[in-house]
Amino acid sequence: MSGTPAEMLAIYPEAPPPDLARTLDLAGYRWKAVSGADDVVRNEPPAGWAGAVVSTDTDPEGAWALCRALRKRDVPVAPLLLLVGGGQLAELALRDELFDDFCLTPFHPVELEARLRHLLWKGGGGVKPDVVEYSELALNVETYQASIEGRPLDLTYMEYELLKFLAQNPGKVFTRELLLSRVWGYEYYGGARTVDVHIRRLRAKLGEEHQNLIQTVRSVGYRFGQSRWG
Amino acid sequence: MNEQQRNYVLHTVEERGVRLVRLWFTDVLGNLKSFAISPAELENALEDGMTFDGSSIDGFSRVQESDVLAVPDPNTFEVLPWGDPKNAEARVFCDIHNLDGTPFEGDPRQVLRRNLEAARSMGLTFYVAPDMEFFYFAPPVRGQAPEPLDEAGFFDLIASDVSGSLRKQTIRTLEAMGIPVEYSFHEDSPSQHEIDLRHNDVLSMADSIMTFRLVVKEVAASQGVYASFMPKPLEGVQGSGMHVHLSLFNGEDNAFYSADDDYNLSPIAKQFMAGLLRHAAEITAVTNQTVNSYKRLVPGFEAPVHISWARNNRSGLIRVPIPKKGNPSATRIEYRSPDPACNPYLAFSVLLAAGMRGVREEYELPAEADANLFQMDDAQLLKLGIDQIPSSLGDALRVMEDSSLVAEALGEHIFEWFLRNKRNEWRAYKAHVSSFEYDRYLRSL
Repeated sequence: MSGTPAEMLAIYPEAPPPDLARTLDLAGYRWKAVSGADDVVRNEPPAGWAGAVVSTDTDPEGAWALCRALRKRDVPVAPLLLLVGGGQLAELALRDELFDDFCLTPFHPVELEARLRHLLWKGGGGVKPDVVEYSELALNVETYQASIEGRPLDLTYMEYELLKFLAQNPGKVFTRELLLSRVWGYEYYGGARTVDVHIRRLRAKLGEEHQNLIQTVRSVGYRFGQSRWG
Repeated sequence: MNEQQRNYVLHTVEERGVRLVRLWFTDVLGNLKSFAISPAELENALEDGMTFDGSSIDGFSRVQESDVLAVPDPNTFEVLPWGDPKNAEARVFCDIHNLDGTPFEGDPRQVLRRNLEAARSMGLTFYVAPDMEFFYFAPPVRGQAPEPLDEAGFFDLIASDVSGSLRKQTIRTLEAMGIPVEYSFHEDSPSQHEIDLRHNDVLSMADSIMTFRLVVKEVAASQGVYASFMPKPLEGVQGSGMHVHLSLFNGEDNAFYSADDDYNLSPIAKQFMAGLLRHAAEITAVTNQTVNSYKRLVPGFEAPVHISWARNNRSGLIRVPIPKKGNPSATRIEYRSPDPACNPYLAFSVLLAAGMRGVREEYELPAEADANLFQMDDAQLLKLGIDQIPSSLGDALRVMEDSSLVAEALGEHIFEWFLRNKRNEWRAYKAHVSSFEYDRYLRSL
């Protein structure tokens, strides 16, 4: 599992329609145009592709070939948004597995942006990071795995949930009550002492060098990482 | 069951390449039992439990109704920190159920869950912290007294510190398994060690003690050494106890603390102590369940003999430690008779039941006994109204037999099985002719 989330979109054809490039730029997406399946492999960013937008307008045959190639990889590129002209709609038949959604050309920029945002949200990739990192600590929220200095940390479910909550909010001080309500839920009966017990267990598992990742803030609660105010 | 918790466990098994999942549970005598399943079966086990034949387990089913269900508690799922990381193994504690889904009455973990309700119904959480004592020996030879690894004393540092490095490795393993250690040191006797665990809620702690005993023995065995929790393994030196620090919490607040009291003890604390003292004799067979346990509970070795309490007197059954810097949340009592060979689920069950009986019925706490009770004769003790802890397993069983409190706390199934099993142990011991008798009588009589 790579450390940083994928954020680069693959765009086809290599000379993308200008309104597509402009819409993506204005919406703040990072993209790279590709000429075909080989190019997708050659130019793949280290974190992988976050998704693809494929236009069938200029070269329908090349576009479908690319879609097939993207889907046949060990880790298929997804989500895949297709741009099709009204006259090509019949070509979508029996090709449902090759794309996740489509947009009619000429497209409305707001519609394209909305469809793309929704696709990326649904897939959980791209814009929503699935790895939380702080210093030597990494938490993969997709696979529920945690590691420190690349060494896996074996946590129980509640230890993992507590560490995830803290690591997602570094530098902030939380009271025990707040941690209890956010991580365990209000109905949990054990009381705020439970939080202390789990913090102590987490520190034990983080090991001596890293146990001060979780700081005790006297008579308030706990803070993960350095204070925001240095 | 919580869907996310289950997913967490299943994901971890997949991501860490876990090859074997060990389902752990405990028999009535406190032995850890385990059977292994493959990861493919885990999802099904989490959902429906795994059926097994309970009649093979000490104190479980009668033969005619032998099948029971082991249902994993996903909260306790841990990848084991020892063994080959490429073939990782994990463990999960189980609750045992009858096939119809009701809690199985022979399962000590379920017994403790049931006893927890007494405190829970009053909004209280029961916290415990045990001081675990044990010995390291050279591998035992049948029929011979065990051989200590060193002759060092209390807090000593010795040159070739084999047992010290064992202790360190043990602590690292415990911490990696989420069992935080508060202190550890070389105890009074040769080769004796103490590891004090940090307080936790009582069910988690009973699980932790089961893990603790395994870790101590496994680490020792990996170095060709034998670790033993036998209460009195060596004649003439201190035995191994398991002092239990107890407190009740009401949310954030320590329910044992009161600012207005001379001892800083709340009425609940005093009633709880009174309950423990009044029922101490009845619960002793559970907290000290072997013939050998009673060889530790003799005068002169820092083990309690008298049913009394005091702040700084270690000869009594209950000590009230003075918390550091008057920290209210550290207010607790220390119950000193249990030994580490007990079944922690059952021992905690009877401690909680005795204490809560005192709270419910508002027992009066007797006066503090701050004199050294070992120096008093029976007449003086009688005048103070101070009884003694049962002096043998036989005595302890006779008191337990008549105790409705223990019968209720353990449930009829375990209560009867335990008495039957332990009476047999006592009978076998009574029939044994020991070297003490040969030495003393063979030639002179």
